[in-house]
Amino acid sequence: MAPLLTVEDLRVTFPTRRGPSEVVRGVSFTLGRERLGIVGESGSGKSQTGRAILGLTPRPGVMTAKLLDFDGIDLRSATPAQWRKLRGARLSMVMQDPKFSLNPTMTIGQQLTEMLRFHARMSAAEKQRAALAMLEAVQIRDPDRVFRAYPHELSGGMGQRAMIAMMLVTEPDLLIADEPTSALDVTVQVEVLRILDRLVRDRGMGLIFISHDLRLVGSFCDRVLVMYAGRVVEELKASDLDKASHPYTRGLMNCLPQIDRDVRPLPVLQRDEAWAR
Amino acid sequence: MTDPLLETRDLDVTFRRGRDRVPAVRGVSLSVRRGESYGIVGESGSGKSTVLRAICGLAPVSGGQILLDGVPIPTPRDAAFYRRVQMVFQDPYASLHPRHTIDRVLSEPLAIHGFDRREERIERALSEVGLGEGFRFRYPHQLSGGQRQRVAVARALILEPQVLLLDEPTSALDASIQAEVLNLLDRIRAERGLTYVMVSHDLAVVAHMCDRLMVMQHGRRVEELTRDQLRAKAATTDYTRQLLAASRGYTPAD
Repeated sequence: MAPLLTVEDLRVTFPTRRGPSEVVRGVSFTLGRERLGIVGESGSGKSQTGRAILGLTPRPGVMTAKLLDFDGIDLRSATPAQWRKLRGARLSMVMQDPKFSLNPTMTIGQQLTEMLRFHARMSAAEKQRAALAMLEAVQIRDPDRVFRAYPHELSGGMGQRAMIAMMLVTEPDLLIADEPTSALDVTVQVEVLRILDRLVRDRGMGLIFISHDLRLVGSFCDRVLVMYAGRVVEELKASDLDKASHPYTRGLMNCLPQIDRDVRPLPVLQRDEAWAR
Repeated sequence: MTDPLLETRDLDVTFRRGRDRVPAVRGVSLSVRRGESYGIVGESGSGKSTVLRAICGLAPVSGGQILLDGVPIPTPRDAAFYRRVQMVFQDPYASLHPRHTIDRVLSEPLAIHGFDRREERIERALSEVGLGEGFRFRYPHQLSGGQRQRVAVARALILEPQVLLLDEPTSALDASIQAEVLNLLDRIRAERGLTYVMVSHDLAVVAHMCDRLMVMQHGRRVEELTRDQLRAKAATTDYTRQLLAASRGYTPAD
């Protein structure tokens, strides 16, 4: 089966006073209908990689790539009109914090049906039905109330689930989730991940899961890319994470405190300048 | 070694705004021994940070007692209290004054409390948290997150307190930097015989740092466990078991 997304030599550059600064430096990968994790610490370029795929590199940043192919469409030369058809309908993104990514002046229901207005031909009643079904699918127990609620009337976990519902109501082929659960409590986090998991398995969606949490990515994803200083330093199966060969990946794994093991002092990551080269 | 240094008895904290009342902490009792490291774990809104803030005088105590060395602490807290109890906050980006140099950050508490040999104390505090002399005249924006949190620890330590209240000291830091700061806190406690009360949402961090811990939910105490009980998975409540399971990563639906 042809991959859903092929990325080759992706680069994102920001101009600075001291000349151009490359924050993503030649990232290449392919994605099928699977869960791909991108892990790295702050400043590793993982979020900029996700945004670049959706053409959302903030100005004055510039994105270049040798190949950026989504299901046969060359995203590098997509026109604004093509992007409007793709984003939301076939490519979606869930951001970290629901407080900043939901419109505070519209109810959840209005925002959900607005997605459908742009991307599907349905009657008003059908749209409402689809929106309510989606809210139910993300484990919201009282979908009618949430449909009528404004974002500030929801808790963080509810808001994030509403955000995910909004991104999924159009049944996209590819979802990029940038730290979708970092702002949530651990018990809610598990529920949100189960929703994403089910969508990949039942609907065959492709998922790019961006996170700083190696333990979480290792237990949730199929494959993991480890990024450091704008590059992918290692790519491996999530189940093989404990057999990682790159010293950075190993260092990241080892420096986490664990409940079962008492290592004191915790091993500290020794950075090597060669990793960034 | 077994006498309690810091205690709360049926602590209540209720925030009032207009007619609204928010009970943030409801009847929480805890007792921390001298030289012990005690953890408070819970999710957002559980009241864990509010307990620390109430001890420090930053949240209104509406019921119950707080005792230091068996003596109820005065409200408002006096200078003698802050000589013995210091706090480190969660966000190193927000807890340092952006227009004060590190030197000023560290010399202010010394001046307030009338300490002598200030030069020497500042130099020692910086070297103790692993920052060289070169950091002394920098501003916070010239430091990384981990370095700022080291400055916050140095500021708390410079008064030579007995108790350090730590409110999520590493949750804003990357994993590799978190390990460095946890090691630093661990070493300083061993060297100085300090008593810690540490709040975190991360069970693994608390298990690493603390001898005993309390789990909180909705402002109430759920249960108290020792580190060994936690390791042996001897949690008695469903809620703690849920937290334990979640801290091990993702598990598919059963």
